Amino acid sequence: MSAVTERPETDTPGTFTGLERAVINRLQCGLPLVRYPYAAVAEELGISEADLLHTLRDLLERKVLTRFGPMFHAGEMGGGLTLAAMRIPEPDFARVTGQVNQLDEVAHNYRREHDLNMWFVLATETPEDIDRVIADIEAVTGYPVYNMPKEEEFHVHLYFPV
Amino acid sequence: MILSPSPEYLAIAPEAPGGGPVSAWGLLRLRRELEKGLPLTPKPYQTLAERSGLTEDEVMAAVRQWQAQGLIKRLGLVVKHRTLGYTANAMVVWDIPDDQVHAIGQAMTRMPFVTLCYQRPRRLPDWPYNLFCMIHGIDRPRVLAQLDRLIADQGLQHTPHAVLFSTKAYRQRGACYVGRH
Repeated sequence: MSAVTERPETDTPGTFTGLERAVINRLQCGLPLVRYPYAAVAEELGISEADLLHTLRDLLERKVLTRFGPMFHAGEMGGGLTLAAMRIPEPDFARVTGQVNQLDEVAHNYRREHDLNMWFVLATETPEDIDRVIADIEAVTGYPVYNMPKEEEFHVHLYFPV
Repeated sequence: MILSPSPEYLAIAPEAPGGGPVSAWGLLRLRRELEKGLPLTPKPYQTLAERSGLTEDEVMAAVRQWQAQGLIKRLGLVVKHRTLGYTANAMVVWDIPDDQVHAIGQAMTRMPFVTLCYQRPRRLPDWPYNLFCMIHGIDRPRVLAQLDRLIADQGLQHTPHAVLFSTKAYRQRGACYVGRH
């Protein structure tokens, strides 16, 4: 049975065609480093190279996929990277969200259900910039920032089957 | 934010024995081109070679070496998990004795639904947790069932933990590590 017609595991969302599903799932596992990588993957999936490229372009255009290509390791690039949290009372939440998100260094910002209710990732040009950005945020917002840089990363293969 | 790639990006050994050094300028161009993604052409490394002034062999050697060095984590899709239907996103945090955190962190990565796992510092007295893992799932009941499996599997029934579901993403973008143009 080809991967295109194979049913996905349970607990997966179901809004994609069989072809899209096969392409998304297969390419999350990487692309071989060969001269004709799309032809190689297409053959594995039992589809044509043109269909694979067309599906990829379409998924990118529809913004289902963010991008296709190498993921560079942020920490290896010499910049600073950390996870930070704040405890913001409800009446101030919108104001502080606006202030924090104004900064270019803020890569993600999630509201979470906890006493510490604002969680964001800071990515800076140099490791030393982290402390400066945190001090800026504390000064502008009037609330303390809990800085929680990673001490060890346990490597997980990110995979979101559809 | 403009970051210059570290020097190890430029130390690419020539593919062919006796081949000349790989152009540093070309490698920097390649690094920038790759940031935009892999070209959707039948021969993407050849396309990158034409855009960065290298040969196809040099491009493939550079990508191979950057992967081996861990500079490139992987070559593949970058998905928006929310768009794919993974809208329930729980950060599960644990207070693990320091001498066990490494082993338990590694064990957690074997659970297929754990999508990230990091050791981070406690911030006492407000924050006693030192191990953070993410579970991305279709909905909350399924994420909580997966968490139950994780607890049973790892024997964490008596380990203090908290589940922080996200309720809103105010900003979700990848950081750009090479200068924007």
